[in-house]
Amino acid sequence: MRKTGVGTYAGFIVILVWCLLPIAWIVSLSFKSLAETTTGSAHFLPQDATWDNYKVLLGMTSDKSTSHDFLAALRNSFGISIIATILAVLIATLAAYAIARLEFKGKRLVLSLALAIAMFPVVSLVGPLFDMWRTFHLFNTWPGLIIPYMTFTLPLAIWTLSAFFREIPWEMEQAAQVDGATSWQAFRKVIVPLAAPGVFTAAILTFFFAWNEFVLAISLTSTTSTRTVPAQMSYFVGPDPFNPPYSQLATASVIVTIPVIVIVLLFQRRIVAGLTSGAVKG
Amino acid sequence: MAAIEMKNIVKQYGDGFPAVNDVSIDVADGEFMILVGPSGCGKSTLLRMIVGLEDITSGDMLIGGKRVNDLAPRDRNLAMVFQNYALYPHLTVYENIAFPLRLAGASNEEVDKKVRDASKTLELDEHLERKPGNLSGGQRQRVAMGRAIVRDAEAFLFDEPLSNLDAKLRGQMRTEIARLQRRLGITTVYVTHDQTEAMTLGDRVAVLKRGILQQLATPRELYNNPVNLFVAGFIGSPPMNFVPATVEGTSVKLPFGTVTIPEEKAKKAQGKGLLIAGIRPEHFEDAAVVDSARGTGSSTFRAKVDVVEWLGNEAYAYVPFEAPEEVQAQLLQLERDLDGEALRTQLVISLDGASRIKEGDEAEIFVETDKMHLFDPSTGENLTLDESSAGTVPADTSTQAVAEAQDSIASPGEQEAATET
Repeated sequence: MRKTGVGTYAGFIVILVWCLLPIAWIVSLSFKSLAETTTGSAHFLPQDATWDNYKVLLGMTSDKSTSHDFLAALRNSFGISIIATILAVLIATLAAYAIARLEFKGKRLVLSLALAIAMFPVVSLVGPLFDMWRTFHLFNTWPGLIIPYMTFTLPLAIWTLSAFFREIPWEMEQAAQVDGATSWQAFRKVIVPLAAPGVFTAAILTFFFAWNEFVLAISLTSTTSTRTVPAQMSYFVGPDPFNPPYSQLATASVIVTIPVIVIVLLFQRRIVAGLTSGAVKG
Repeated sequence: MAAIEMKNIVKQYGDGFPAVNDVSIDVADGEFMILVGPSGCGKSTLLRMIVGLEDITSGDMLIGGKRVNDLAPRDRNLAMVFQNYALYPHLTVYENIAFPLRLAGASNEEVDKKVRDASKTLELDEHLERKPGNLSGGQRQRVAMGRAIVRDAEAFLFDEPLSNLDAKLRGQMRTEIARLQRRLGITTVYVTHDQTEAMTLGDRVAVLKRGILQQLATPRELYNNPVNLFVAGFIGSPPMNFVPATVEGTSVKLPFGTVTIPEEKAKKAQGKGLLIAGIRPEHFEDAAVVDSARGTGSSTFRAKVDVVEWLGNEAYAYVPFEAPEEVQAQLLQLERDLDGEALRTQLVISLDGASRIKEGDEAEIFVETDKMHLFDPSTGENLTLDESSAGTVPADTSTQAVAEAQDSIASPGEQEAATET
């Protein structure tokens, strides 16, 4: 059957416009001057495009008050997200391997508990966590955010990874063992490289969660020393409470989106399915 | 290189099912040993116990005189080729072959030298930088062998290595494996369900059925002197014909007529009532094309030929016959044991290509009766066995007898299983 090219492309365009219009609007906003947004600009494109907002936020002007806070938040976001991701993926890899390969009592329990945690609404935990973290002196610290981020992303990471591990034929490991590898060597040199697409998928999901998370970030922090970008952006109020600095907010949004796009572009090559093709006959 | 000795090896799974039951096999240094049997006979389990991927429930596994029951696979220094090759897809062919050497901590020069040697032997030179995913089935198979020969392993273990290849490639690789083994002179244990591979490759062949060793002998001994119905039916293609027979004096009454057999054979089968006669297809011939010199120890009979398949060098003729119920039941059971599905009792006769017998003809058939075997239908035992040239037939042991008893309780009509030895 021949595909009708025109219909396909029309569909593409509709979907693209639908998805990208808000993003285009934010990008456009970020290039408008403060004065233009304050007056209520109805134009889609900036009347007088300017890099001022970027300069202000990234500290390239003499006034460092806004940029100082924003850059600190950016640093916190990167640090907390990356550490949470690495820990979550590391733990999830080991856990998922055990779940996929070993027979032990309570395996189902572990899996269903993991799923239950993933379903638990985060908001309901904010209050208890807030109290606990104050008692443990974790409030307003990096670990105070890293621990919950790691915990909430682990279930998904474990499920994703154990699915990947299950796909890898047992023989791969057995072959490695016969070839003279210890269990650990077989895991590190054969299984982990083969599960790489799964590891990257889990890493990206975890990173995005930590990077975009807002509720915990705003509740468990109190100063710019730990606040992440999503939380910090809610403090962009400007002098007039009825007129938030829209263009600066838009600029901050664009800046925090860039790392996400870069990471996806970098890793999407790694997330190719069928890396195991050629291992076994089939 | 080392000899492998298996002493009363038993593998029992959690549910008590004995996958391998009291098997004793000694593989001499440099010998090519085949483990063969239909699916589920425990041959792969046995191989995996040699290499250490499967625990041994009881018995002793000795490699080079050293007991290895409790050693991890990596400490046994054996090389194995898996059925599905189990190549490492993220590594190039070069690194796949180098993998065992790298694990052993060999220097780069040593790795390079050995990998190049192996790749030259297996003609993989031009593929060294490719990934397994881009190779054909035969090439992957060779990479898997390269990974095995690159080490100085005590023995090679093959787990149905050719079953994933097409027929032509299988034939070529079979010869290649035989050549390689002869050249390296390394002890080899090779698992297959294909009796052609078993016959052509092995110095000796161990035939297994449901975890029990039936006969351990050279291919020639297995072919000429099968110890029971199962071995007789398993070895040979097309398989041996089984027909009901009654012996009186030196004459044997078959469904198509009466033939005479040599006296020493007849003596062993006197007074046993209804028996099963086993005759290989090639021991029949169209009487019209038989050399008169072949006359000794033979007989002729007339039969109506149902179907003829002419292949050029030879032809197969099919002659259906009716079998009494007790023989029929035994033959059906045998067919099930052999993973087969026979629809009718029929005689397969291999004719010379020059034979002019056509479908529907009433033909004069010549049969070499001195090659005929007679089996006891209740036990399956070969009554005419020449024990001096039948290899090793495992002795009956109590554990085996117990297992057999359980077996026959579980499914009556499998008495044949209780006969093996």
